[in-house]
Amino acid sequence: MSGFLSSSIGRKISMSLSAIFLMVFLLQHFVINFTSVFSEDLFNSISHFMGNNILIQFVMQPILILGVIFHFVMGFVLEIKNRNSRAVGYAEYDGSANSSWMSRNMIISGAAILAFIGLHFYDFWIPEITTKYIEGDTSGMINGNFRYYEELVHKFQPLWRVVLYCLSFILLSLHLLHGFASAFQSLGVPSMRNKIIKTIGNIYAIGIPLGFIFIALYHFAIH
Amino acid sequence: MNLTLKIWRQKSSKDKGGFVEYKIADISEHMSFLEMMDVLNEELITKGEEPVVFDHDCREGICGSCSMFINGEAHGPDRGVTTCQLHMRKFKDGDKITIEPFRAKAFPVIKDLMVDRSSFDRIQQAGGFISVNTSGNTTDANAILIPKEDADLAMDAATCIGCGACVATCKNSSAMLFVGAKVSQYALLPQGKVEGKERVKNMVAQMDLEGFGNCTNTGACEVECPKGISLDNIARMNRNYVGSIFGS
Ligand code: HEM
Ligand code: SF4
Ligand code: FES
Repeated sequence: MSGFLSSSIGRKISMSLSAIFLMVFLLQHFVINFTSVFSEDLFNSISHFMGNNILIQFVMQPILILGVIFHFVMGFVLEIKNRNSRAVGYAEYDGSANSSWMSRNMIISGAAILAFIGLHFYDFWIPEITTKYIEGDTSGMINGNFRYYEELVHKFQPLWRVVLYCLSFILLSLHLLHGFASAFQSLGVPSMRNKIIKTIGNIYAIGIPLGFIFIALYHFAIH
Repeated sequence: MNLTLKIWRQKSSKDKGGFVEYKIADISEHMSFLEMMDVLNEELITKGEEPVVFDHDCREGICGSCSMFINGEAHGPDRGVTTCQLHMRKFKDGDKITIEPFRAKAFPVIKDLMVDRSSFDRIQQAGGFISVNTSGNTTDANAILIPKEDADLAMDAATCIGCGACVATCKNSSAMLFVGAKVSQYALLPQGKVEGKERVKNMVAQMDLEGFGNCTNTGACEVECPKGISLDNIARMNRNYVGSIFGS
């Protein structure tokens, strides 16, 4: 297995598997967040369930965190290896003549997503873990009501944060516009010129980030 | 037409190298790019200067030796051609043309525009063949039925001329299009399937050893490949590689 992970194709495949896992997670995250647009109660009860279910908290959450770490660490490992594969660069290099900006700059969109994940952890994950496991309050309540919806609404009040969220999701969209089909191609499914995979990829890569942007703008606008 | 050429000159693999500009006049638009280079070299020789060293052999797009990175693209601005098939009509009078060697750690510069692509040979030697007992009892290849579709795909993969444009053009200097083509041309045929698992494992191991980068599926290689080798070959190689590691 360590041999597999040090081979170029092994790395590619592990990169793609972690990415597909992240895309499934993101879809699930989106569906839950979207409930906040039409039902405060539903959003609260799902959040409470996700935040207190043993399987989700102590099995799925660590797997997710490891998945994210694996993906970005491997992303940087590959980027360094790739840069080192050309000792002397070209004086003139016309990348746009034969490939998309997105495909050539996965590390830039990826780094922006990483920064966003940092902010997101600071905004939601650290307070959540502090409340539950340090202060020991697993009731999910504040002043007799569930706190999740309130916390969400509160976060989307400052304009700077809403703008930052929207920008991050645009970069995520760019990451996925190339990444979706690329992940299947890496796994051995000829995807880069496959219309069906490309179309599903475009729907996912534009739809999901746009959905998250909509949720942020919605709460900013109505509260 | 009159042109300014900005050409990479480097005395040896040890030399640091740098660009030198040359003016060249009265180039016919019907000339091939290499013929234009010949004219330049004639002038340099007449002036007692060293001609520009570049690889070339067949001059008809089949040997793959004419490696040049022209105005930011492998084999220049045209599609589906090698440098020897590139015509001067793709340029305009007064143009400044930048000519660099193919760049990759696994393709070190020998002199000027000539690079050492023996890393490709070593990848081939690691598995790009079939072992046949030639002691007189071979089966006629035509006795084995092969679906037309497979034969066509194998033939398409086999058109790779090992020019290295895929590596030169890839932002990661990845050789996966070349290796994907070489793996596929055997993997698709019954004669090649026999040693399929060992082949893909060994060729990929050699590719990694040579210091080529990793594929990000940008697709630049496919666009610049003079033979139109498809990215599907990379997917096939990945599939076969996983099969060779985890398959029974
Ligand atoms: C945490 C920060 C992230 C970083 C630094 C990062 C970085 C990268 C890099 C550098 C690549 C290209 C690897 C290569 O050369 O082939 C890549 C591929 C990819 N990433 Fe990310 N990424 C991040 C987060 C995400 C997230 C959150 C998702 C999905 C929700 C995602 C989905 C993908 C996909 C689908 C691919 C294509 C995989 C492939 O080509 O096999 N990434 N990422
Ligand atoms: S795959 Fe195409 S670009 Fe690469 S070596 Fe073969 S012919 Fe040249
Ligand atoms: S010289 Fe043979 S392909 Fe150009």
